[in-house]
Amino acid sequence: MHELSVTQSLLEIALRHAERASAQRITRLNLVIGELTSIVDDSVQFYWDIVSRDTIAEGAELHFERVPGTLRCLGCGHSFPLDGRSYACPVCGENQVVPVGGDDFRLESIEVD
Amino acid sequence: MTTQVSVVEEILSANDQLAVANRERLDAAGVFAINLMASPGAGKTSLIMRTVEVLREEFRTGAVDGDIATTLDADRIAALGIPTVQINTGGACHLDAAMLQIALPQLPLEKLDLIIVENVGNLICPASFKLGVHHSVLIASVPEGDDKPYKYPPMYRGVDAVVLNKTDVLAAFDFDMDYFRQGVEALNPGLAFFPLSCKTGKGLDEWLTWLRNKIREFQGDA
Repeated sequence: MHELSVTQSLLEIALRHAERASAQRITRLNLVIGELTSIVDDSVQFYWDIVSRDTIAEGAELHFERVPGTLRCLGCGHSFPLDGRSYACPVCGENQVVPVGGDDFRLESIEVD
Repeated sequence: MTTQVSVVEEILSANDQLAVANRERLDAAGVFAINLMASPGAGKTSLIMRTVEVLREEFRTGAVDGDIATTLDADRIAALGIPTVQINTGGACHLDAAMLQIALPQLPLEKLDLIIVENVGNLICPASFKLGVHHSVLIASVPEGDDKPYKYPPMYRGVDAVVLNKTDVLAAFDFDMDYFRQGVEALNPGLAFFPLSCKTGKGLDEWLTWLRNKIREFQGDA
């Protein structure tokens, strides 16, 4: 349920950048969300429709670019996707890994009129 | 005409900035703070009580207790006679840096060595919100099952220690200790791991020694 506070942050960031660009209207937000951040698109969209009301971002389209969770083996350097059951490297079997993808949680750009 | 404006800003950057401010405040007061996270019922309050009972003799200790509603946990901790601040998040699933910022001045910071923050019981949301404390500790418990490090990687990664509570009931569950530990250590090579039982007290000494050393290291650096 933390999508509400997340969505409020999102609006604040978008409005700040739109103002800096002297925009009249925000039409689209391009978000990059990693699999490791546990954010639900539909829930953000639901709150967005409420928090953006009566702002220049009202009605703006939210576009989610999803980044899959990726781990890198500390033994052999192989990168592989998160599968939810094991962290062992499928190539060498090593069990020590670092997440190298899927942490993303940012507003990449906005489209304005 | 539509134009694209580059933003590239972390969505939680406002929280991250407040977390940095909290850390500066704690450092200035010379207080070491830890954030305890766990699912509901894993034993956060029990571990705090066991810890405070022993360490209060050595360190002046205070607590911040986050809960969705009620003061049940804060009352249990305050009954130990240490300064305790309750944060009712009003339904929010996690503590964030702004909530801790409000709680800190309600504690006698200059007169404390250690603050234990009890986060809201939840294995998903608290992972995303930095508080500005010095160390984060995850408390798991045997009845939750040995697959949790694999199902909740955002929560299990990036912590400084994992406590596995309720080891007194291991015999009643199909809990594969090696599988659990592999999952924990895969994401956090070299992580401190403490299987223990708050009920029987077994294993508590290792946890207390680790925490004691962390506080002393902090005090030595300050």
